[in-house]
Amino acid sequence: MLNRYSLWKNLLILGVVLFGFYYAAPNLYAPDPALQIGGASGSQTIDDATLLRATDALSEAGINHFGEELQESGKSALIRLGVRDDQLRAQSVLSRALGDSYIIALNLAPTTPDWLVRGGAQPMKLGLDLSGGVHFKLEVDVAAATERRLEMYEAGIKRGLREERIRGLVRLQGRRVSMSFRDEETRETARRATADLYPELLLDRVDAGDSWDLFAEVTDATINEVVAYAVDQNLTTIRNRVNELGVSEPLVQKQGSNRIVVELPGIQDTAEAKRILGKVANLEFRLVAETNAPVTDRQRFEYRGEARAGMTEWLEREIIITGERVSNAAAGFDQNGQPNVSITLDSEGGMLMSRSTRNNIKKRMGVLFIERKYRTRYERDDAGEEVAIKVPYDEKKVLTAPVIQSALGASFQITGLDSPGEASELALMLRAGALAAPITFVEERTVGPSLGAENIALGVKSVQIGLALVVVFMILYYRVFGIAAVIALTTNLILLLACMSLLGATLTLPGIAGIVLTVGMAVDANVLIFARIREELARRMSPQMAINAGFERAVATILDANITTLIVAVILYAVGTGPIKGFAVTLSLGIITSMFTAILGTRALVNIIYGGRRVDRLSIGPLPRRDPEEASA
Amino acid sequence: MKVIPFMAWRRVAAGFSLLAMLVAGGALATRSLNWGLDFTGGTLVEVAYGDTANLQEIRQTLEVQGYDGAIVVAFGTDRDVLIRLPLSYSDEQGVAMVNMLREASNVPVELRRVEFVGPAVGEELREQGGLAMLLALGLVMLYVGFRFQIKFAVGAVMALAHDVLFVLGYFSILGLEFDLTVLAAVLAVIGYSLNDTIVVADRIRENFRKLRRKPPLEVIDVSLTETFGRTLVTSLTTLLVLLALALFGGEMIHGFALALLAGVAIGTYSSIYVSATILLAMGVSKEDVAIPVREGGNEDGSQV
Repeated sequence: MLNRYSLWKNLLILGVVLFGFYYAAPNLYAPDPALQIGGASGSQTIDDATLLRATDALSEAGINHFGEELQESGKSALIRLGVRDDQLRAQSVLSRALGDSYIIALNLAPTTPDWLVRGGAQPMKLGLDLSGGVHFKLEVDVAAATERRLEMYEAGIKRGLREERIRGLVRLQGRRVSMSFRDEETRETARRATADLYPELLLDRVDAGDSWDLFAEVTDATINEVVAYAVDQNLTTIRNRVNELGVSEPLVQKQGSNRIVVELPGIQDTAEAKRILGKVANLEFRLVAETNAPVTDRQRFEYRGEARAGMTEWLEREIIITGERVSNAAAGFDQNGQPNVSITLDSEGGMLMSRSTRNNIKKRMGVLFIERKYRTRYERDDAGEEVAIKVPYDEKKVLTAPVIQSALGASFQITGLDSPGEASELALMLRAGALAAPITFVEERTVGPSLGAENIALGVKSVQIGLALVVVFMILYYRVFGIAAVIALTTNLILLLACMSLLGATLTLPGIAGIVLTVGMAVDANVLIFARIREELARRMSPQMAINAGFERAVATILDANITTLIVAVILYAVGTGPIKGFAVTLSLGIITSMFTAILGTRALVNIIYGGRRVDRLSIGPLPRRDPEEASA
Repeated sequence: MKVIPFMAWRRVAAGFSLLAMLVAGGALATRSLNWGLDFTGGTLVEVAYGDTANLQEIRQTLEVQGYDGAIVVAFGTDRDVLIRLPLSYSDEQGVAMVNMLREASNVPVELRRVEFVGPAVGEELREQGGLAMLLALGLVMLYVGFRFQIKFAVGAVMALAHDVLFVLGYFSILGLEFDLTVLAAVLAVIGYSLNDTIVVADRIRENFRKLRRKPPLEVIDVSLTETFGRTLVTSLTTLLVLLALALFGGEMIHGFALALLAGVAIGTYSSIYVSATILLAMGVSKEDVAIPVREGGNEDGSQV
């Protein structure tokens, strides 16, 4: 028994270790505080002149900066700062110097040297609990989206029947539109018309005495589709809004069927973030109702804004289009110097708008502004205590009701606004995209930057102390073999960091706890192997044979023990959220890397130390005493 | 090696385990857990004062301003203060309250973190957490049943349930806050304890095949003795790092470290006494772990 690894095996291990060092190395370089400059619109580019203006402004303000560069083919630029405390001041200096058409975001610029960047090595991302920032969980109000769709069906059917000159009563009843007609023939024509208009509705004929009824039911599949669309549309809208916030690496992600997670690292002004994100504003365009229209077809709304406080307007129930159809909006002035907003609609919006307006020229069209607000209601809970319950409701107010001058198409102007300020606010909200359904904040976590830095410091300290304790213990208990195990353990840590950096995993505080736990548990494989070797030595096996037997026999046990732990880690990953996922990732990666280093790595080291020669004694600590009975067996 | 008669003490150990389970179960039933914000919902605000914070004064300020039911406690140091608001407060209150405290205080007040969790989210998390634990136990039972034998699987899962219940009871009795990180720790306890149990089970299986003439009790004692050194060393290294985490890791990770410390300690015990005792009670024998005869193999043993 020689206990030598073949050259390729040694090279393989060396290769993996070098790979680990290479990809873990970027984490050694602390990032520079930086500012990122981007255009307010997607097509805008940053040129050298702009960058020069920015750096001049910083120099003038006496802020230490360096390493300015253009990125992503001129879409953004980065300026590094000398001191982190200057970041906020520098941001406001730049915002003032460059104006509103640029977005200045706080950023941390990696200082990874070129020789690492070339290989695709990058430092680990830090979770919000380490970097500081805000985490929001938003819930999309699915019921509201569904209701809006139902109202659309009701209005659509009414319009369809009117166009076909079919007389009947159309009402919304729960999840179906009910229609009553005076005879069977009318119902049959209505049925065909409805089926043509909305093939997705489930039609059901019921004869009730002297009225022939038709029920159009919305199926579950349609509802699911509506919900999925509303959530996806909100996701896009929120992404746009987050971009307006100017955060360097935001995360906007769908979670479950109707939740959206938003993470904004480095954000300190949470109030501003929530104001923009949570701005549940939507618009509806409706015709102003004729005074003789039936009350069931019209609704009364108050005007928004102080200038016309108390005034009301009757609008038709039927909605021409809602804000989601708006693809662009810009504030400006008309020929008379009055503030206006130019609106561009998507193709379907343009079609709907032109269909509704061409027959209604010289009539007026109302623009309704819808905002989500909360009302507090008090109720008694099970214990008889009074609890306050926040009930959301939509406040709908008329923004303006201008006269339709000509048939409108995909682009038109809204005039009659109070002030340029109102025009630009309306344009901003239209541009940022309206939400397809209202959202509510169901979770919010803010971590201040100082707490984040402290968490990192504490985490690093516990890893160091934990590692030091294990190192001392292993060397005292297993001597030379202990040294081999310690080298393997350190390599394991480096490999773990390399894997996490390479996979783009996010390091969180529970993640650090996972690393610490890995340090403690990773030596287990070595302990199993060494205990076996000691046992075999106690049985008077020769040192070389004992090494071989120890490694071989322990492997099956190690595999069984680690695979079961891996099962638990995977479940943790599957059901956990946020930080818990981080813990699960470090734990599972740690298990995998530790199997490599403890089994192959340690073996290679032991082979280098003891292999290929005559060995009388192994330096592995005290052997278990042999039982005389067993010796004779 | 001198065989330690572990199993001679199995009745005493079983009595201890039963008692511990009764106490833990009773505590959970009567006192429940001190659910953290993650599970109950509500608002939590951590602030750092420039100087020693006067909790009494903060409480008074909050009361005067109408924050009824706010709980104010020191967090780690005497400058850090944790304020918990009941569920009826909305997500906007946290920041507003910090501004108010800032005005009321003559030393700087720094906002460390604000957490708001809606009630529905908390309830879902509790369900998910319970589900995760059951799923983990179920899958582990399947794997062990497949790799070893059903009796081993029952023993392993009983040991895991024992450990989980113990840690939960420990949190319930001491009234320690049970948040998401503690849930992660409990799941990690399942992983750790399992590791231990599998190592012992592996050795028991091996020894049943090797020491064919010995009665099960003795085989188990020999196996436990042989793995005892390893069990102690691994538990010791893990406890060392956890101690480092508990002492130096900071407040946010404290509950996590405490749960794992208790879990690793009880996991070490349970891998010796719970799973092995159950194996004996179910009458495990060498037939249970016989290597399955391969079809077309040398059944007549001609190679021996």
